[in-house]
Amino acid sequence: MCGIVGIINTDGTLIDGSHIREAIRIQRERGNGLGGGFAVYGLYPENRDKYAFHLMYEGGRNSPVISIVEDYLETKTYIYQSEQIPVYPNDRISKGPYFKRYFLKPIEEFIGPEQTEEDYIVEVVMAINKTEGAFVLSSGKNMGVFKGVGYPEDVADYFRIENYTGYTWTAHNRFPTNTPGWWGGAHPFTLLDKAVVHNGEITSYGTNVRWLEMFGYYCMLETDTEVISYIYDKLTRKDNLTKEDACFVMAPSLWETIDRTNDGKKRYLRQIYGPAIVNGPFGIVLTHKNGAIVLNDRNKLRPVVCAQDGDTYYASSEECSIRLLSPNVERIWSPKGGEPVIIDFLEEF
Amino acid sequence: MSMKNNWKVRPPFHPEFDLERCDYKNGCTICVKECSFGEISLKPLKGKNGDILYRPWANMRACNSCQRCVKMCPPSAIHILSQPMHTSHGYWKTEPVSNIWRQAGSKGGVLLVGTGATGPQKRYFDHMMFDACQVTNPSIDPLREPMEIRRYLGRKAERYGGEVGSQLKLDVPIMFGAMSFGALNLRVQEAAARATRKMGTYWNTGEGGFHERLRNYGGNTIVQVASGRFGVSEDYMKSAAAVEIKIGQGAKPGIGGHLPGEKVSEAISKTRMIPEGSDALSPAPHHDIYSIEDLRQLIYAIKEATDYKLPVSVKISAVNNVAPIVSGIARAGADIIAIDGFRGGTGATPLQIRQNTGIPIELAISAADRRLTEEGIRNTVSLVASGGIQTSSDVLKAICLGADAVYLGTPVLISLGCNVCQRCFTGRCPYGITTNRPGLAERIDVDEATQALSNLLHAWGEEIKELMGSMGISAIEALRGNRDRLRGVGLNEQELSILGIKHAGA
Repeated sequence: MCGIVGIINTDGTLIDGSHIREAIRIQRERGNGLGGGFAVYGLYPENRDKYAFHLMYEGGRNSPVISIVEDYLETKTYIYQSEQIPVYPNDRISKGPYFKRYFLKPIEEFIGPEQTEEDYIVEVVMAINKTEGAFVLSSGKNMGVFKGVGYPEDVADYFRIENYTGYTWTAHNRFPTNTPGWWGGAHPFTLLDKAVVHNGEITSYGTNVRWLEMFGYYCMLETDTEVISYIYDKLTRKDNLTKEDACFVMAPSLWETIDRTNDGKKRYLRQIYGPAIVNGPFGIVLTHKNGAIVLNDRNKLRPVVCAQDGDTYYASSEECSIRLLSPNVERIWSPKGGEPVIIDFLEEF
Repeated sequence: MSMKNNWKVRPPFHPEFDLERCDYKNGCTICVKECSFGEISLKPLKGKNGDILYRPWANMRACNSCQRCVKMCPPSAIHILSQPMHTSHGYWKTEPVSNIWRQAGSKGGVLLVGTGATGPQKRYFDHMMFDACQVTNPSIDPLREPMEIRRYLGRKAERYGGEVGSQLKLDVPIMFGAMSFGALNLRVQEAAARATRKMGTYWNTGEGGFHERLRNYGGNTIVQVASGRFGVSEDYMKSAAAVEIKIGQGAKPGIGGHLPGEKVSEAISKTRMIPEGSDALSPAPHHDIYSIEDLRQLIYAIKEATDYKLPVSVKISAVNNVAPIVSGIARAGADIIAIDGFRGGTGATPLQIRQNTGIPIELAISAADRRLTEEGIRNTVSLVASGGIQTSSDVLKAICLGADAVYLGTPVLISLGCNVCQRCFTGRCPYGITTNRPGLAERIDVDEATQALSNLLHAWGEEIKELMGSMGISAIEALRGNRDRLRGVGLNEQELSILGIKHAGA
């Protein structure tokens, strides 16, 4: 069990973190204090052209790993700005790792001939994550992740997320079932500008991981969220699938339905991407800089409720979070298993 | 004085008749007629009124414990007894001693046997358990939720935009493996063809050609091109759904085949395209394949001949070097690779080969799947596992270790009543399965046999769905290579690492 909430302002309206903090707080029942976190888009408008790296160093501010990572970053990127991410220890979370953010751009000459700029950044992220004691929390432009071990509202207070504003916010309340609670293992999980909050435990893990490894994705965290993020990244960014097709691959319709509708493209997708099917219970909200995707497993074994209020969309494990944010919300519905809700912005912010 | 009694090998079994139950007094001779090995004869017995009655009598020379007489005896008056050991020596057991007698006391020939290896090697399937769902993720009830076990076999692109070659669509991830006309009779092949059509899967002709009468089942048929090239023609290949190049089989890796001339009847001679009464010899290697590049030429010759419309499979026996071999075969253009473990059955194989050559399918399929994945070409080829699969859970374990589907051989025959007596090569199968003798082959009723084979596929399909449900899997493609769902019990680190699984509790 876990709790997730997403607030997506498709018109780019910026809101501060106090709303999402309240929305996830009332889902306290769905977590156990071993992980909470937030992703926010529209966070760094003044640095929107640079990749914003949120890094976590487990050894504290004097950790020797910091200079190792920074030396590495210097060889791979131009660092325009770096600073400590302020934290505010309190009686519920008294200490944590050391956090820093970096605004950077790749050194263009180093980008391989068959590599995109994003591939290059992913490579840098993967290399840092292989370093013991350092972990990249987020690496997208104009966005960032704050997460840790604790109840999500306590994590929110630890980072004072009410001091940040953004047009899209997601939150996660963790009840870890397969990996122990640690700061890096809290959700959201991100890669570039994509962040995933997830409630579930996927049973296709072994098959998915082996498929991803064929394409150079190494799952370091052994969490389902990481696997889902990589699958989505591979499908949309590397293989250029549409969002609809990518969702179909992860939660395909039954062969019987494909036969009945004689849908050649869907048969083709399911044949090629068999090992990318995500089985087992899951409900996810995947956000990116221009929208969001809400997806449930085919059997709807986890709750997800969606709602719309003018230009604002909501997704949540529990209706109460949505009612708290917008008591008289216009439209509220429960998406069917395997049927994605795809929210696209009309313009970029 | 002759020494011949020194080499006498009493068969390990013989029938014992309970004359109080036996119906011989009313002239019943069913057991005598049913025994195709000549073990039972009639012995005259003087009746009370001086009349002569005939009672059944064990000849003590040919019983294989096939249990045919036991099953057919109306009053259940027969028991098969097993004989005591030939020797009481702790090391020199009955088998090696009697085998030496057989060879020394006869013409000094190679010992032949039927079916798969009987040795004590570990059955890895028994040392792997499925991991089920509890609390944190719900199991899925196959009676309430759709559970998909369909598989597509054949070449698939690695990514969107690439080509998907012609595919075999399997509604259940189980096919019937290669068993030729000659080894089997046409009734058995017809039942296999009809059952696979009904259940949406495939059967394999083996290397004995494709009889005209079965060609309308071509859509569910895989035809073989083996080293003897029996029955191979353009028409033969085009009449099928896929073509399989047979390099080897698990029961006799590196060994060819031999169908004795006396088994080559008119129908078999026509289907194999060889003269009636001549021995059908399959050479050990293909005489045009001495390396991987030669195999590539044959694969493409077949593709050319079939207008690139059929997937081409290559079947090999599981050997130690299976991983690089499979990688080579995939790169040589094969669409499907079938790997046959050392437990795989056969109609006839030299005893020493059967017992001592090849490796277990569990290890072979895992090694092959891992290598293809590491090389990033796993999607380009489908893997079929076979050789020693005994249950539906074996099927699913093979899939978790990387197989896309499996071939069944011996379980198909057992479905028809085979008692695994290992005398297939004699052509005297008492159940009418591995024989073309008139009077024996008719013991197969095609309708009943079709139903039995369909029942097997249905039952295993349902069991696979149950197992998947307990693991929280609703589509079988999410299990292929999913070693996370398996745990080893009683395996050492090296075995675990080859299988790619963790030990239970870890």
